[in-house]
Amino acid sequence: MSEPVLRLRGITKSFGPVEVLKGVDFEANPGEVTALVGDNGAGKSTLVKCIGGTYHIDGGEYLFEGKPVTVKGPRDASALGIEIVYQDLALCDNLDIVQNMFLGRESVSRLSRTLDEAEMEHQAGKALASLSVRTVKSVRQKVSSLSGGQRQTVAIAKTVLWNSKVVILDEPTAALGVAQTAQVLDLVRRLADQGMAVILISHNMLDVLKVSDSVAALYLGRMAAQVRTSEVNQTQIVELITAGRSGSLGLKEGAAA
Amino acid sequence: MSTDTGTGTNAPVERDAVAEHEAANPAANVTALIPQTLGGTFRSYLRSVRSGETGSVPAVVGALVLMVIFGAAQSNFLSSSNIVAIVQQAAPTTIMAMGLVFVLLLGEIDLSAGVVGSTAAAFGAVLSVKHGMPWYVAILGSAAFGGVVGLLLGWLRAKLNIPSFVVTLSAFIAFQGVQILVINSKSNGVQVSDQTLHDLYFGRLSPVAGWILLVVAVALYVLVKLVQNAARKRKGLAIVPLAVLGLRSLAIAVFGGVFVYLMNIDQSVAWQQRAGIHQWGVPWSSVIILGLLVVLGFTLTKTRYGRHVFAVGGNEEAARRAGIRVLSIRTSVFVLCSALAALSGLILAGQLGGVSTGDGAGNTLLLAVAAAVIGGTSLMGGRGRIVDAILGGVVLAILQNGISDLLQGNNASAYELIIEGAVLLLAAAVDSVSRRARR
Repeated sequence: MSEPVLRLRGITKSFGPVEVLKGVDFEANPGEVTALVGDNGAGKSTLVKCIGGTYHIDGGEYLFEGKPVTVKGPRDASALGIEIVYQDLALCDNLDIVQNMFLGRESVSRLSRTLDEAEMEHQAGKALASLSVRTVKSVRQKVSSLSGGQRQTVAIAKTVLWNSKVVILDEPTAALGVAQTAQVLDLVRRLADQGMAVILISHNMLDVLKVSDSVAALYLGRMAAQVRTSEVNQTQIVELITAGRSGSLGLKEGAAA
Repeated sequence: MSTDTGTGTNAPVERDAVAEHEAANPAANVTALIPQTLGGTFRSYLRSVRSGETGSVPAVVGALVLMVIFGAAQSNFLSSSNIVAIVQQAAPTTIMAMGLVFVLLLGEIDLSAGVVGSTAAAFGAVLSVKHGMPWYVAILGSAAFGGVVGLLLGWLRAKLNIPSFVVTLSAFIAFQGVQILVINSKSNGVQVSDQTLHDLYFGRLSPVAGWILLVVAVALYVLVKLVQNAARKRKGLAIVPLAVLGLRSLAIAVFGGVFVYLMNIDQSVAWQQRAGIHQWGVPWSSVIILGLLVVLGFTLTKTRYGRHVFAVGGNEEAARRAGIRVLSIRTSVFVLCSALAALSGLILAGQLGGVSTGDGAGNTLLLAVAAAVIGGTSLMGGRGRIVDAILGGVVLAILQNGISDLLQGNNASAYELIIEGAVLLLAAAVDSVSRRARR
């Protein structure tokens, strides 16, 4: 197995007296989908925001490609190659697909300093094609005219454009129907096949089992276990989420309390 | 969020298009779907209008309907001198509306633009008359005055997070006072004596210059479009078919030709003709508007700044996450709006011969907002073009010009106000309805 691109050791994070993360270990490998699961309040969002630089970690080690780094803000994270696709997608309805994919990082032609629309459209088309996206009719469609699955596709394809190393997807299938969920999961798989470390946050155990290579289960601010998906079944994952342990897996008795 | 309802009646057509596209080039990049025939272009335009992208349709239809009505009601409405008058009358409103387009794109409002514009114009007039400055210093001083006020308004809105409605309503009231202080005269007004400042409104190009300007403008348009197409072709992207491009250019050339021709008809009366004085040519104000259309339109659609204005107007949170400096974008639109309002105020001062206390108050501002909205700019942000200001400005000028002649008697001005209010409401209603259609 290759070296994890992202490795967290004993991450702690408190908001005032409330300790949300109590020494979390986590790793994500390139070319793999790592599912991050846990009940509401287990600390998934906090962990993701720590990775993405929105929150500062209080303690612990943040290793990126084996080297310890300090991530002080979202800009630091994206400079490292960490992209987060939020649940609410953060797309502008009034702009088209290309414009959204390049938002904030528009290419300008060297001579006239004007937007290089042709180049951007070309790159956007290439990114979509590399993910075998077929559901989009035209890259110049307004995002307001897209379905939920298509929006998710655009948001995910954006990460390909910027040669991201770690892509965090926050419940990408939460609001989608059956067919669209299948399409997006396909996309998640292809993203990992391109060599990215994909972190998938999901409440849907079927999705997790179908697409992920390893599962990390958070339980009340601790990492209950990070295991290979092939070595566990759905019941075990659910037990890890709800009780923090499952048979020999998970937190030791007493530690879980 | 609609998954299937949005596509509705056109779904089979679209699916065919996708299937064809995939069959034709199995592993090709996704590109823009540009209709490759004239008929296809027309049909896709109709489809976008039906789905709520009404664009310029209401304004153009409105202008034509009004012209037919007024033309039938008054014999001299369509006379060349009246058409020139309408074009000139549209200028101040149009230029103010151009600035408001930026503010409206962010979903904000600037209620103070009218008063601030006239105050800035008064500042310029004072520079010119009392301090003997040349006309360009007066114009620059006026624009700078507007810019500084805009900076203050924008900062209050963006940094202190006071709703723009409140900030600019306060400014609307306060600057009526500032205007009195700037004018500082017992006659409650400052006269403009500089000929160039007068000519901002009354000046005309020579007939030949008008034609040259038209040729240059059309040639530049064609050139830009061809260069864009060439760039797309190099990247292997779908291009706009030449027939469509040619037809568009032709339409612009014909429309421009009719405009220049009408403007070039000599309206001099008998004694002027005997003295060799001509009343003809494209108004300076139209040239200024054309220049602003090019510069501001370019800024809005071809620069990163313009793209970011649209992004902040569409989804502020998305813009922030994309690393766009929302605060400076928000401040900048108020600066632009107030500076353009100053220019608008100067042209109005050219028309009125000076600035009096109270100029720019009343419904000056709301007319400019109405112009932008009639042209197709949304009051809710995220949608708008610079050309909207021109379309709406012309519609309103036609309306005002026609109504003031049509309505006679004691209550004429009362009815005029009621009709203008109703038109603004109608435009806002069209905006609302079309937005719902797009959902």
